[in-house]
Amino acid sequence: MKHSANSRRFFIKTSALAGVGLVIGLPKLQGEALKSITKNLPPEFINLEINPFIIIRTDGSITLINPRPDMGQGSMQAAPSLLAEELEVSLEKVTIIQSDGQSKYGSQQSGGSSTVRGLWYPLRKAGAAAKEMLIQVAASRWATSTDLCFAKDATIYLKNSDKSFSYGELAEDAAKLPVPKNPKLKDPADFTLLGKYNKRLDIPSKVTGKAVFGIDIEVPGMVYACIQHSPTIHASIISVDDTQSLLVKGVQKVIRCKRTMPHRQSDAVAVVASTWWAAQKGRSLLNVKWDDGQLALTQTTDAYFQKAYEAAKKEGVRHEEKGDFLAKFNSASAKLEAVYETPFLAHAPIEPECAVVHYKEDGTAEIWAHVQGPDGGLADAARFLGIEQDKIKFHVPLLGGSFGRKAYHDYLSEACFLAKELKKPVKVLWTREDDITQGPYRPGMLSRVQGMVSNGKLTGFHHHAIGESIVGQVFNGLKPDEADPWLSGELSTENNQYQFPVSKVSWTHVKTDIPIVWWRSVYASNFGWGQECFIDELAHLAGKDPLEARLAILKDERFRKVLETLAEKANWKEKLPAGKGKGLAIFASFGSISACCITVSTSGKGIIIEKAVSVIDCGHYVNPDNVVAQTQGNIVMGISAAIKDGITFSNGKCDQTNYHEYQVLRMNETPVMEVHIIQSGAEPGGVGEPGLPPVAPALGNAIFAATGIRLRKLPINISSIS
Amino acid sequence: MAAYQLQINGKKINAEAAADMPLLWVIRDIVGLKGTKYGCGIAQCGACTIHIDGSPVRSCQIPISTLSKKAKITTIEGIGEIELHAIQEAWIEEQVPQCGYCQSGQIMSAVALLKENPQPTDEEIVASMNGNLCRCGTYSRIHNGIKKAAIALKEGTTSPSNNK
Repeated sequence: MKHSANSRRFFIKTSALAGVGLVIGLPKLQGEALKSITKNLPPEFINLEINPFIIIRTDGSITLINPRPDMGQGSMQAAPSLLAEELEVSLEKVTIIQSDGQSKYGSQQSGGSSTVRGLWYPLRKAGAAAKEMLIQVAASRWATSTDLCFAKDATIYLKNSDKSFSYGELAEDAAKLPVPKNPKLKDPADFTLLGKYNKRLDIPSKVTGKAVFGIDIEVPGMVYACIQHSPTIHASIISVDDTQSLLVKGVQKVIRCKRTMPHRQSDAVAVVASTWWAAQKGRSLLNVKWDDGQLALTQTTDAYFQKAYEAAKKEGVRHEEKGDFLAKFNSASAKLEAVYETPFLAHAPIEPECAVVHYKEDGTAEIWAHVQGPDGGLADAARFLGIEQDKIKFHVPLLGGSFGRKAYHDYLSEACFLAKELKKPVKVLWTREDDITQGPYRPGMLSRVQGMVSNGKLTGFHHHAIGESIVGQVFNGLKPDEADPWLSGELSTENNQYQFPVSKVSWTHVKTDIPIVWWRSVYASNFGWGQECFIDELAHLAGKDPLEARLAILKDERFRKVLETLAEKANWKEKLPAGKGKGLAIFASFGSISACCITVSTSGKGIIIEKAVSVIDCGHYVNPDNVVAQTQGNIVMGISAAIKDGITFSNGKCDQTNYHEYQVLRMNETPVMEVHIIQSGAEPGGVGEPGLPPVAPALGNAIFAATGIRLRKLPINISSIS
Repeated sequence: MAAYQLQINGKKINAEAAADMPLLWVIRDIVGLKGTKYGCGIAQCGACTIHIDGSPVRSCQIPISTLSKKAKITTIEGIGEIELHAIQEAWIEEQVPQCGYCQSGQIMSAVALLKENPQPTDEEIVASMNGNLCRCGTYSRIHNGIKKAAIALKEGTTSPSNNK
């Protein structure tokens, strides 16, 4: 099949509401939110219970709103598919636009692998409600029962006749009807779109260079800014000498500005120029004197991990406990304890942080920023600019990767600060060096684990999570004697489903000034390593095969099915020659269960990662190919996190500056991959993140199987295992 | 600032730029072709890959003043202008891109590879593509896409397009 570069009828653009027939959504809104929807509509089109995800115009054109920005996870297909399935329209014949942060769209945050599981019912209901209203109008025009009408391909048909109305012909009258509160949803057996392979319609624009990312935004009269951040991140400015910078042709201004992080503000200096190249050249010629305070002493990863290892010798704050773990552990004859370590990591999306803000003389603003959540971005921008949200028009272009990073709006704060000073459109673009050296990062963490076995069975497990808290630092929301509440999502026995007679989860908060934030799969990316490698250690202590040892303490059918499928697909039981080994791990996160089996072989002093097989049970899903793609991406990012050097800080400064020092996996290091999806038909789970947590422990366990060496600290230097 | 006459995608374009401005920024911010991406500025990621006289180069490393007057520049916008290139077709068939940001550079490297070596081995594909980073992890699909495009070109089921 040939594709012409321009033939696809697929647009991502802002639409005006002119000629609107039907605007439909969920029966939820009241008050101010309702007013904001209805103010642009002619009175006859105002429906008092609407939330507009679907716009059907009288000319027959249909627009679906995607409320979750696409950073590569496929939401630009997934969310509109939920609407289209129930509405009975083809995605190829509609316009899809990105939501703009207004409250009428509800939560718009891409994160926590929440798009499909969060919108599975709401958007399907919105589609189904619109369809019922259109059918009602058609039935009344034909003076027949709604049962005799059906919807297909944006048309309502009368059964056993040649009569039909296009949606456009019905939209105006449909808009006058009340929105059904409990529209009938399709039986999944009748799905034509959900759960089926469909090509993503955003892809043609991504192979021709036409896709518009945050960095590509250009508006008339725009200037560029390159920002000098403090090398020690939180230092304050003593003095700025900009003499040399101002001599650079194109440099217009040097302005002291602020980088606003959620929990604190840092000093910075912006060089504003007619081109970004001139701005960054101007920046390189700045002479800024910084007051580092104690940062050179306190902001180091060595000091942080030293405190964390001290904490690992003591008991932490109890998060949850089943039975009296310590009493049983103390009296057990076959037991183990260990400490596992994961490093700080940068997200390093290939598109760095960027935002364009235009603050106008009349006190309104227009913003183009690749945030993960338009609603959060809009709220923060209003705060940064000191104006009301309804004074801001917010656009969200595509994100060139994010992995959590672009939900942290420090780069947007800088653009807002400068726009207010300059009163003209300004584009702030970070360099790769800014991205790597400034954070925020995934926190480095320790898992202190204890466990025991009896009669060939694992009988107790204690996971003591130690490190900086995202809740504590980013939201300043953790009391000194409180365990990080996010542990419930990752480490509770309910989450891992292991049936231990006694178990415990505890926590010690070790603070750092190094800025941290969520990173793909959040804490699961840290604690999966300690949990699943240690389960392996206990299995060996019990004299059991790691698969059998896990199955012996797993009752949940879905968990068992994932492991059994993995064992079959990865040929777990095959006899391997010396120097070869397989390791497996299972971890549940974001509503899905994922397991991974990695095969390694020894090579000289090191090992080669030969193959990774992953199995995921994410319940109902939209596009199986996207589930596979995301899980492949998670294998690659998971191996990268396991074998590439992490972020370190010495003397208060980040030791890595760019991709030559903070390396990420390349093609030659990518193993053969297989992904299998379990057709459980369960409630939808996440897809963007759950594949990652089992990857590192599967590798650690494979290395043990091949070499007999148990590694407990990431990253692993695979060229020299010791 | 100096005036330069460039040949980009078969068109003559005048650009005024500082002598040390890398071609990447001339193409993006002066000429206005946004398909070529910035990723690192130090030739580590390959997002800025373009062709000069048919060979792949990292445009972040070429100050405009060092460019030969006769240099023929091709950017992603010049690949498959009328009909998609076999590589672009294969990228759609294999559903390669996730976020898509690095893919202009990946495609420029892949198109240059097949032009030079129409039937590359697995090892040759890895050697040619290893300089292009993809943080979403689409490497296996990129690899499959190149193999698929190579077969399509060999069997003549698709044209190598108007790669200038």
